[in-house]
Amino acid sequence: MAEAAESVVGSKARAARTVLGQLVLPGEELLLPEQEDAEGPGGAGERPLLLNPGTRSRVRVVCGPGLRRCGDRMLVTKCGRLRHKEPSGGGGGVYWVDSQQKRYVPVKGDHVIGIVTAKSGDIFKVDVGGSEPASLSYLAFEGATKRNRPNVQVGDLIYGQFVVANKDMEPEMVCIDSCGRANGMGVIGQDGLLFKVTLGLIRKLLAPDCEIIQEVGKLYPLEIVFGMNGRIWVKAKTIQQTLILANILEACEHMTTDQRKQIFSRLAES
Amino acid sequence: MAAEHRPKLSKNLLRMKFMQRGLDSETKKQLEEEEKKIISDEHWSLDLPELKEKESLIIEEQSFSLCEDLLYGRMSFRGFNPEVEKLMLQMNSKSKAEEVEDEAVELDVSDEEMARRYESLVGTIGKKFAKKRDRANFEEDENGNMKKTKTKKVFL
Repeated sequence: MAEAAESVVGSKARAARTVLGQLVLPGEELLLPEQEDAEGPGGAGERPLLLNPGTRSRVRVVCGPGLRRCGDRMLVTKCGRLRHKEPSGGGGGVYWVDSQQKRYVPVKGDHVIGIVTAKSGDIFKVDVGGSEPASLSYLAFEGATKRNRPNVQVGDLIYGQFVVANKDMEPEMVCIDSCGRANGMGVIGQDGLLFKVTLGLIRKLLAPDCEIIQEVGKLYPLEIVFGMNGRIWVKAKTIQQTLILANILEACEHMTTDQRKQIFSRLAES
Repeated sequence: MAAEHRPKLSKNLLRMKFMQRGLDSETKKQLEEEEKKIISDEHWSLDLPELKEKESLIIEEQSFSLCEDLLYGRMSFRGFNPEVEKLMLQMNSKSKAEEVEDEAVELDVSDEEMARRYESLVGTIGKKFAKKRDRANFEEDENGNMKKTKTKKVFL
């Protein structure tokens, strides 16, 4: 069975450790460190004799986006670079594929920006850019009760997170956390500008050590909301400033550090 | 000859209780087996190979924010929206603060202070549960601590 699967893929499974930071393709199988010694270099033919094969180190490994568990095997489902994060305490850490894409697929726990498209009874329909609009209960707002409905109109922007995001089900959003507090979620204020970027850029901008955001923050008073679904909402004091901000954020995806510094220095002068 | 010509009784009739006395052991067994078969046929079961109970060592997690430690998505700079700025500090420091907190758990009340507090509490609570006539036995000493002065009278 395993041989047949391998022939379909066309190449032998590679060890996850050896391809870190390298390109992986959908359909490829990755071997975890503890599987390497059994199936790795020697192959199935000349397996080294283990003294006590039952007690192999059992560590938990998390396979993140772009990877899928298939029984005991880890398969790649997206094209991109393989990344790994060392665990903070024990375990095998996290593997994921750093890929570029524009289409958003809802993921449980993600914070996204949605547009309210319809109001029907108890729920709002929210467009999040996925294959299907998400549903949002009117009770899923801070301080909302049956009598005290939140003031949400069709066309409003909602910043919320997914509580249900399954493959074949309608995703469900909420605007409160587990404690019932809004924590910044809910309807995003008036005005401002919403635009779409790639999902990779959002992750780049939200990275903890992102220089772009730090530099942007020094320009002038402004507010930004990032949705993991590739939507960015910006607002500054004037329309001109808002547009400049949007253009910078859009353009910085494919700029080198030097180019970016040049533009920021030019902006600071004007 | 007689046995061959004996008319065959229907199975349903043989299954009745009063008929079972006269049956020989072989037919009895046969009937029981058939009954078991009928019962087991009536139970539904999935025609699947037995699932192997196996602990999986790989956990699926499709969220990028956990993998890459992404920041909170709302940001405000230079006082544009003070509310969001406060929230930003709170949400983004959460991950860092947790690590620090684990190392140094600050105590509001030291262990010694706690012990002293409980020492005096024993007397106070003891008085509460004493009966009215026993309450006189409790007297406050100079430290303000409750103390039992008299021992209970018992028959000798």
